[in-house]
Amino acid sequence: MIIRYLTQIGRYFIMLKEIFNKPTKWSYMKQLILKEIDDLIIGSLGIVSFISFFIGGVVAIQTALNLTNPLIPKTLIAFATRQSVILEFAPTFISIIMAGKVGSFITSSIGTMRVTEQIDALEVMGVNSLNYLVFPKIVALMLYPFVIALSMFLGILGGYMASVYGNLTSSDEFITGLQTEFIPFHIVYAFIKTIVYAIILATIPSFHGYYMKGGALEVGKASTVSFVWTSVVVILMNYILTQLLLSS
Amino acid sequence: MIEVKDIKKSFGDSQILKGISTTFEAGKTNLIIGRSGSGKTVLLKTLLGIHTPDEGTISFNGRVYSELSKDEKRELRTEIGMVFQGSALFDSMTVEENVGFPLKMFTNKKKNEIRDRVNEVLERVNLVDANNKYPSEISGGMQKRVAIARAIVNNPKYLFCDEPNSGLDPETSILIDVLIQEITKEYNMTTVINTHDMNSVLQIGEKIVFLKNGIKEWEGTNEEILETKNKSIVEFVYSSDLFKKVRESLLADAEDEEKENKA
Repeated sequence: MIIRYLTQIGRYFIMLKEIFNKPTKWSYMKQLILKEIDDLIIGSLGIVSFISFFIGGVVAIQTALNLTNPLIPKTLIAFATRQSVILEFAPTFISIIMAGKVGSFITSSIGTMRVTEQIDALEVMGVNSLNYLVFPKIVALMLYPFVIALSMFLGILGGYMASVYGNLTSSDEFITGLQTEFIPFHIVYAFIKTIVYAIILATIPSFHGYYMKGGALEVGKASTVSFVWTSVVVILMNYILTQLLLSS
Repeated sequence: MIEVKDIKKSFGDSQILKGISTTFEAGKTNLIIGRSGSGKTVLLKTLLGIHTPDEGTISFNGRVYSELSKDEKRELRTEIGMVFQGSALFDSMTVEENVGFPLKMFTNKKKNEIRDRVNEVLERVNLVDANNKYPSEISGGMQKRVAIARAIVNNPKYLFCDEPNSGLDPETSILIDVLIQEITKEYNMTTVINTHDMNSVLQIGEKIVFLKNGIKEWEGTNEEILETKNKSIVEFVYSSDLFKKVRESLLADAEDEEKENKA
């Protein structure tokens, strides 16, 4: 079993190398990248905005409801919301959601191409199918930090709306809390994680779709396996990067 | 011309191709036939470079595939057209985009030149007014025509077809067979077709290679296949009731003729 996992990991890294071999004609690649930006980035903005806004609100309400000690200032609500959203919710939690939304889409679309011999057709024509299929996804997901920036903004906005309009704190207190002990490196940390997650989101689902075998049923299975492994790797990388970047 | 010399291919412990040698000639429709599991698809995929043979060589007009560099192999692949069993059209592209794909990828032709060439080949495969339709919006027979158009749009030297009649009605099958044969002559291509459709064998089999259990059991033409005494071929060709009746009728005619001659 260990050998099987090691073989798969080795295969994944060989795939990464192959993605950058024999690039597809740039005039054609441009169109592929724009299409992927539309599918993977623009198409995800709605769900990311919706979830971020309401989770931000929920974090603020939960914090406020748990602040029973009158000695703890109300500014802590905004502080807790900001820290939760910027450090973990926006980069990591949204990436898990994206593993489900974007990851399943990538695995099933590439898997269907495998099942219907479209990938064989590309290879027979002399096209580097990995470059053709995966490279535009990696480039498109380099815009993923913008999605996360939007998620951060909307999460905090959701917290503000829930706190102020729910009479949990005043607008001034919330804004003061937002500015309390702000460490700019936390933003850098969040975006470093985001870039790593973007590469994971583009490549692991592609790997599961590209190397799948079987028919339509296996495409569904591959999507599920892809979601599980993308989530596992995102969580593991979250731990490793947090250890490396914040605990020193 | 494609020359195959002593090709062997195994998957795990099971040897699928057990030393096949043959020649596929240019300007002819070369057919690979045999029962399911005889190694037809593996041979075709090995010719295409999708599988690497364990032993033996494949030469494309004298160029030995295994001796070519990676770039030379990709270059050679641009000379190959392939019609897949399920057509393998790109779902996200229209008919016009599918057919124009090899031109966009491998030539520096301008948009209007590509459109003209696409229209020319679509007209050649008798497919008009379908340019803006998606593969899911056209019938199986039309999809096969699009696949043929895409395979020939870049003037290939070699055309491979994997069961081109699969899933088609008998009338459309004949039209597709005739179309492939005509195109082979027009473009002077080396066409290799993997099939187990006996109608195709008799209609367009200018050279037939019969595989059995990974071995080349017999080779010849569509005329010779009806006269051969090879037991495996006779069992294969006359396995359907229709062909059995045809054979009985032919044998009865021959007997009558013999009697008349004696009388």
